[in-house]
Amino acid sequence: MLTRLLGLLALSAAAVFTLAPDPARAEPLRIVIDDPTIEPLPFAVPSFQPESGEAGQLAVDIARVVSDDLTGTGLFREIPASAYISTVSDFNAPVEYADWKAINAQALITGAVNVSGNSVNVKFRVYDVFSGEELVDANGQGGLQFSGTTEGWRRMAHKVADAVYSRITGEGGYFDSRVVYVSETGPKDDRQKRLAIMDYDGANLKYLTESGSIVLAPRFSPDGNRVLYTSYESGFPRIYVLDIGSVQRRALESAAGSMAFAPRFSPSGQTVVYSLSNGGNTDIYSMDINSGQSVRLTNTPAIETAPSFSPDGSQIVFESDRSGSPQLYIMPATGGEATRISFGEGRYGTPVWSPRGDLVAFTKQNKGRFHIGVMRTDGSEERLLTASFLDEGPTWAPNGRVIMFARETQGAGGSSSLYSVDISGRNLKPVRTPEGGSDPSWSPLQN
Amino acid sequence: MKRILTSTLLISALAVSACTNPDRFGADGMGGAGAGAGAGANAGIVPGSANDPTSTAYFQQAVGDRVLFLIDQSTLTDTGRATLDGQVAWLQSNPHYQAVIEGHADEQGTREYNIALGGRRANAVREYMISKGIAASRLKTISYGKERPIEICSEEACYAKNRRAVTVLAGGGLTS
Repeated sequence: MLTRLLGLLALSAAAVFTLAPDPARAEPLRIVIDDPTIEPLPFAVPSFQPESGEAGQLAVDIARVVSDDLTGTGLFREIPASAYISTVSDFNAPVEYADWKAINAQALITGAVNVSGNSVNVKFRVYDVFSGEELVDANGQGGLQFSGTTEGWRRMAHKVADAVYSRITGEGGYFDSRVVYVSETGPKDDRQKRLAIMDYDGANLKYLTESGSIVLAPRFSPDGNRVLYTSYESGFPRIYVLDIGSVQRRALESAAGSMAFAPRFSPSGQTVVYSLSNGGNTDIYSMDINSGQSVRLTNTPAIETAPSFSPDGSQIVFESDRSGSPQLYIMPATGGEATRISFGEGRYGTPVWSPRGDLVAFTKQNKGRFHIGVMRTDGSEERLLTASFLDEGPTWAPNGRVIMFARETQGAGGSSSLYSVDISGRNLKPVRTPEGGSDPSWSPLQN
Repeated sequence: MKRILTSTLLISALAVSACTNPDRFGADGMGGAGAGAGAGANAGIVPGSANDPTSTAYFQQAVGDRVLFLIDQSTLTDTGRATLDGQVAWLQSNPHYQAVIEGHADEQGTREYNIALGGRRANAVREYMISKGIAASRLKTISYGKERPIEICSEEACYAKNRRAVTVLAGGGLTS
């Protein structure tokens, strides 16, 4: 079934992307995310069925989070329960497609929740209402179930939403993920910073450091369990690695120099690339995280910083002002000749390689404005997604479809907060945090 | 062992700088008030005050503890070199002091680039001082990038003051 759909997609994405509420249509339920004329797909997600006495509230809450995840993408629109003609009272009962068609729900998500002690089991199914079929995953699997603890119930909701998102878009999900960032309070001339971690949607926030010293640019390890960041706690900027579970941190011994900053893991998690300043000159180094041995990768009098690995680990994209202004370059992961990829007007910085490998996200400064943008890895097809007084520091969602970044407002009362935007430029919106925020880093999907 | 000693030195240097670094306490206000009161009430030299020529307060206010830079530049201006000549002379007369030169950038620019740019600025000051005879071992550098502005408006008037390198004294006899 899905193979056939993918074949159709390859033939003509535009033809497949038909969301008109035509009951007679034969096309499968599908959102092609790149389509510029996309309209949110209407769906219904009735409260899940409680299958045990204690499951009542979770059955309601999980359906809420699934709905919030999907509507938050801008690709889906929930049909309110007040419009329902029929309800779902049994997870295994046949679906009354006509009742859902009548209210134009193109997708229907049903689920059931069973709680026993502190463990919870969630089952779900997703239906293509107009074709009258259950949607399956790439393996032909229909209904799925997830188990976990009642404390971690939101993760199960995110997993359900990821599965629904994947089945309808054909893309990987990104809801069961976390974000580590710098939480900020205070005015610009007395800003207090500390590391914080939260679910991608702002829930389950936890602080990882005290606000006594400047902390900058946390970056997840590929397994999502550790964070690299820069701290001034020794008095000078140095690189630290922090274990998220234990909140224990240790300084990494950089090569000799006055400042080490801008660290990032390799895809294997074994290597850290970073910037080292020595005698006023900043170059890029890589360090074996176990042995602590550093190797110098760039060797010019220019500023070289903000390195980021390609997903296969073979190349590094970075920022250099060797041409006279900051631009983006790609070099082999072992150093060597670099190729410039940014040629547009303005200054380019903070390049980050997409987890899909196809794009590089960056910060661009031009004519007094800042932009978050993406370009192909050869520099072609540059696309600016945002514009403001100061946008910077993009980070990719695990599926390479959404970018989070920080936006600082102008003036004496300026403050920084987190935003996200699709790589199409759609769905720009603030990310909920209790204080200001900057330097977000999006984790991989959790296991 | 050597590492521990170095770290201790750095930490104590910073402890001192926290007391004397005007960045943290509103530089432009502090100096004026202190110096004026001292000079008016007491013709004698109050040790550590701005009219004690061996004090850090004197260094900050009379000599001038900072130089400013043009946009994206780390080249010293003529005014900057003149200020540094004064700093060099002072450091030569007060050989017990060491200094941490703090480089800063305005908010136009990415965080990482601005840290590197502040490093360039601090180093330009350090190299100039070394060329004028100050021992390299007395001078350390650090960059705060755009993390520690002293002026908070988003206009060139503020940016010009934030693009700076500040010579923060450490050590010496008086730490008041």
